[in-house]
Amino acid sequence: MSPAKKSRPPISASVEALIEMLSNLIQAIFLGGYYAMIACGLSFMFSVMRIINLAHGSLAILSAYLLFVLASKFGINPFVGLLIVIPLMAAVGWLLQRYLLDRSARGGELLPVLTTFGLGIVLDNLMFQRFGADTRSLAPYIGDLSWDSYTLPGGLFVGKLQILILVTVISVIGALQLFLRRTQLGRSIRATAMDPDTAGIVGIDARRASAAAAAIAMATVALAGAFLGMRATFDPYSGAPQLLSAFEATVIGGLGSLWGTLVGGIILAVAQTVGASVHPQGFLLGGHLAFLLVLFFRLYLNRDTVLAWFKRRQA
Amino acid sequence: MIRTFAIERWTPASRIGFVAIAIVIAALAAAPAMLNGGTLDRLTALFVYVMLAAMWNALAGYGGLVSIGQQMFFGLGAYFTVRLADAGINPFASTFAAAFVVAGIAWAVSYFMLHLKGGEFAIGMWVLSEFTHLLINLDRLIQGETGTSLISMNAYGADIRRTALYLVALAAMVLLLGILYALLRSKSGAAIQAIRDNELAATSVGVDVIQTKRKLFVLAAFGIGLAGALWLCSALTFQPKTYFSVQWTAYMIFMVLVGGIGKFEGAIIGAVLFFVIETWFGAAGVWYLIGLGMAAVIFSLYFPKGIWGAIEQRFGVTFLPIGYRLRILGDRK
Repeated sequence: MSPAKKSRPPISASVEALIEMLSNLIQAIFLGGYYAMIACGLSFMFSVMRIINLAHGSLAILSAYLLFVLASKFGINPFVGLLIVIPLMAAVGWLLQRYLLDRSARGGELLPVLTTFGLGIVLDNLMFQRFGADTRSLAPYIGDLSWDSYTLPGGLFVGKLQILILVTVISVIGALQLFLRRTQLGRSIRATAMDPDTAGIVGIDARRASAAAAAIAMATVALAGAFLGMRATFDPYSGAPQLLSAFEATVIGGLGSLWGTLVGGIILAVAQTVGASVHPQGFLLGGHLAFLLVLFFRLYLNRDTVLAWFKRRQA
Repeated sequence: MIRTFAIERWTPASRIGFVAIAIVIAALAAAPAMLNGGTLDRLTALFVYVMLAAMWNALAGYGGLVSIGQQMFFGLGAYFTVRLADAGINPFASTFAAAFVVAGIAWAVSYFMLHLKGGEFAIGMWVLSEFTHLLINLDRLIQGETGTSLISMNAYGADIRRTALYLVALAAMVLLLGILYALLRSKSGAAIQAIRDNELAATSVGVDVIQTKRKLFVLAAFGIGLAGALWLCSALTFQPKTYFSVQWTAYMIFMVLVGGIGKFEGAIIGAVLFFVIETWFGAAGVWYLIGLGMAAVIFSLYFPKGIWGAIEQRFGVTFLPIGYRLRILGDRK
């Protein structure tokens, strides 16, 4: 800072502080977009199959590794690599539902928790066995996109990748909503979610609808893994923190609501940013605290979701 | 025609079983005179595994509460032992005191967490565990992830410490299993088993579901806290990361699923099996963990009753009966 700047009246300092706060807030909103990307698949699967997939984070890391291998071994740009990895993960989702989750879900609501938790452990350690403990990133393979940014008036920077992630998640959630409302398969998935037995009576193949939903959820997981790899680093055991963030965003926004995950993701990221500004180790603490407060709010004020609460405020 | 029958709890097999258990406990208590130090250390670890398995089984198998966050109580048990020992309390006394503190925390937390359902409770507990872990890291005594040691243990010589810890762990295990067994055979036990079989039906016959689950939740926290405290006494160093690791819950799930969920004997068998597998294959590192995960998936899908469930079904024996049996004596004209 130049001496001339220092001698300015304090009003300037508070403007600078305001800009920094605004900058942090914008960063938090974009981070929230990433959380929504990883959370929307978890929420979608829960709303259709009533399963919270504990291997969700590990599957995102698996996608990131697949893209990493394509990029480092075959020189395939991760965005092109997604053309391979998205269908591949969708197939994985289909198979998972057919051979693991479907059978597991018939054993009651607690069995899928155990099955998917076991699956997560297997995936994490297999990835460790194959790729070792090194942290990886997809950032080197996407040119200058990982750090390039637009400058807004007032000296605010917004990363191009951040914008891409937020735009993608909004498009994905919007497309999912349209798909559920407008298409035949979407309607059969919604019917299965509401009541699989009655859906069967009216001629819907509930197993097929669930498998399709799992495939769609895993396609979003592939995107989430790609974005995680592009904006940060990952290692074989990064799955659990991703799962917890996704779960927190989902619960804050209201379990099973797709747009809710975007609201939940942003609230989670803002809480983490506030936490980090209070204490150097406060980033994760802030997020967890927000999650616990929302639970408290929900249980004791008998309000289902933050989204519903906002709606009620507007009404 | 009058049909006469008797209601019984004890069967010949269970009487033999009970005597056998008493003999095993007596033999284990006398063991330090005969076994070398390394074996004693391993057996101490086995007792901790049995405690962990029995407590997770109590929670999931009987209370229907599947938690992925039980490492929270394991870590807190160790943490409060360090804290209390730092305040000048004898380290062995600290372990039990710490377990009571953990039980108190669980009691308070239960008013909040027990309202969550199924998978939400499972991961909610995991989040709570991470939250607690981060809070513990803020304590200056712990120095973040660097951790600290149970320095006051140095007052004891290595041999005395090893033998004392072995006996304390044995006593703790017998005590916990005894409390759980007594609870399951009491009036609450009937309520607990009713909840396990069907929560809605249990409510309809007047079982206070939340209150009954709370008892199991607090007991499980006490037991797992004690296990964490004893693990600390054996390892001596407290690094928050190793105690608040989700791996502990993974072990508990493996032991209970393989042994037989909801079976008192199942958790013990699962713990012994885990102990044997760890002793033989623990050095295999990653493949060992992959094997544990696969076993959890396969058992949950294809053998939901576990090993003890299969034995019970095949031979119709119960060594530690907690229910009642109706035996028809004969018909009278």
